[in-house]
Amino acid sequence: MKHRTFFWFILPSLAAMIIFIALPIGSVALQSFFVEHDQIMVEVENCTPFACETVLAVDQEATAALRETAPLGKFNGFDTYTNRNHLAFAEIGTAWSESTSLGAFFDKLLNLPFYWALAFTLTYTGVVTPFVIVLGLAVALGVNALPRLVKGPTIFFSLLPMITTPLIGSLILFWMVDADGILGATLQIIFDNPDLSLKASTTLTWIMLIVYGIWSSTPFAFIVFYAGLQTVPQDTLEAAQIDGASRWQRVRYVIVPYMAPLVVFITLMQLMDNFRVLEPIIGFSASAKATSLSWIILNDLFGDAKLFGSAAATSMLTIVGVAVLLTPVLIRTWRDFNRKRV
Amino acid sequence: MANAATRRSRGLVLFSTGFILLWLVIAAGPFLWTVWGSFKVQGDFFSKADWTFALYGVKTLEETGSAFTPGGYEGAWLQEEFWRNAMNTFIVVFFTVIISLTFGTLGGYALARSGFRYAFWLLMAALVFRAMPHITLVSGYLLPFFEWNLWGHLTTSIIVLVAINQPFTLWMLHSFFLNIPKDIDESAMVDGCTRFQAFRHVIIPVMWPGVVTTGLFSFLLAYNDFAVTSMLLSQENQTMVPRIASFLGTVREQGNVMFAVAAVVSALVPLFFLVLFFQRQLVSGLTAGAVKG
Repeated sequence: MKHRTFFWFILPSLAAMIIFIALPIGSVALQSFFVEHDQIMVEVENCTPFACETVLAVDQEATAALRETAPLGKFNGFDTYTNRNHLAFAEIGTAWSESTSLGAFFDKLLNLPFYWALAFTLTYTGVVTPFVIVLGLAVALGVNALPRLVKGPTIFFSLLPMITTPLIGSLILFWMVDADGILGATLQIIFDNPDLSLKASTTLTWIMLIVYGIWSSTPFAFIVFYAGLQTVPQDTLEAAQIDGASRWQRVRYVIVPYMAPLVVFITLMQLMDNFRVLEPIIGFSASAKATSLSWIILNDLFGDAKLFGSAAATSMLTIVGVAVLLTPVLIRTWRDFNRKRV
Repeated sequence: MANAATRRSRGLVLFSTGFILLWLVIAAGPFLWTVWGSFKVQGDFFSKADWTFALYGVKTLEETGSAFTPGGYEGAWLQEEFWRNAMNTFIVVFFTVIISLTFGTLGGYALARSGFRYAFWLLMAALVFRAMPHITLVSGYLLPFFEWNLWGHLTTSIIVLVAINQPFTLWMLHSFFLNIPKDIDESAMVDGCTRFQAFRHVIIPVMWPGVVTTGLFSFLLAYNDFAVTSMLLSQENQTMVPRIASFLGTVREQGNVMFAVAAVVSALVPLFFLVLFFQRQLVSGLTAGAVKG
């Protein structure tokens, strides 16, 4: 295809991506170096019939005018990145020198909002992804063994958790595990503890969110593996069988290696999607016990006081995280691409 | 298939079937439970005393005189005017899908037919863009949109969703067009068509299966979105998902949790029918990227 034709064909799509994905990343980078204006204070003389006193008051007009002329705020350099709500270098330094043990240091580290969110995001991503792969493969093997007639309906019901809106899916589970919901109430009876609430404990909240993550993503892995199973060559399986491989050995040494490229694909998709975890925290009203990087950005942007600078700094750090996650994949694709060209 | 060697022992069959049954209960159970419970009163659906109340609707019978009540739905759709949000969702999703597919088919076709190095780099860039958490992009939009008075309109959200959709749409349609033999559009061009005429008369008639599949995923992305629509739409333009999120705070105070339950079930209905009618396309679309590499 000629360069010129290619250009006209790709133009709408490329323009949309540049204007609404590439430029916003630039805008985020710019915003992260600025911080909201301070309010302009003026000295006002307050006179009562008896005496006059001068007090400091906010000059609303001047503040508004300043915000109008410089909407970005005032330049702050890297200070937003290093303040307590982000990388918090100063706080880490004190925590390190004051802490007597490594455990105490980590306790202090996790009290800082950014590291707390990072810890949850990484735990969530790191736990959900492998569970999804293993469970997805198990379900795929099970469904593959079913009689043809019931396969369709089984796949239908299995797809539901995945295609459901994340917020709605988490609400549905939340209402069930809520203290008055069916699962929550049953747990209270089982443990004979009427005050038992999953929301009250940090560990249980994390487990609840991770269970939601596994529940909602397993169908994706299942479908991919299920399609992969249809393409496993039957003669290889038969050959293994003739050589005396047991059922388990056939799964372990024939099917699993054959699924390896699919595992890479699912891992990649899951890492990308789990790293941006946001809706379950809102659906489960879990923000007191668990926050994610996406959640702290949303929290900065919500409400009346919009902390653009702070949100932008967290966004930049999140983008760095995504880049770290993606680097191995990109390097690998680049090598494959070069190998193909040679 | 049924030779002696591949036949499974009874124990294995039982175990495997049991596992799948358990999975089905976990996967579909919560949905059935919530749909059933949405026709009850709060005292039943969130029954402290006895979970079977939600099955038989004991309190519902006492309060309304019937075992099922449409009270939650009336409250959500009429009193809270959820129909406005449903309409906004329809507008946003409809236009997002149409525009994404138009842009995506043109771009995906070009990428599939161009052997140059920059086509590869564009696909890589799209992959990186695909990985960007949506909320980080939103934090880039907000300030400029406020400044230029673009914030709050449905149109803005549609355009943003189209752009966020593009990386995925491009990848999917690109791999789909790779499977359409090059010869058919090239022979049209030998016969004197321009590239666009070849696309228009030869490719468009055969591309519908791929477009339908990609359209389904564009639909899901636009319909399920929370980050963009909750931050970029004003109160009166809210779509269903952000509205449900803002429901949560208000209805809990007023003791109208069933409104939220009814709204959630209402928002599930289109998704349910989507899987029902397009299961085959969804499955093939999910696996296209993986199996073909």
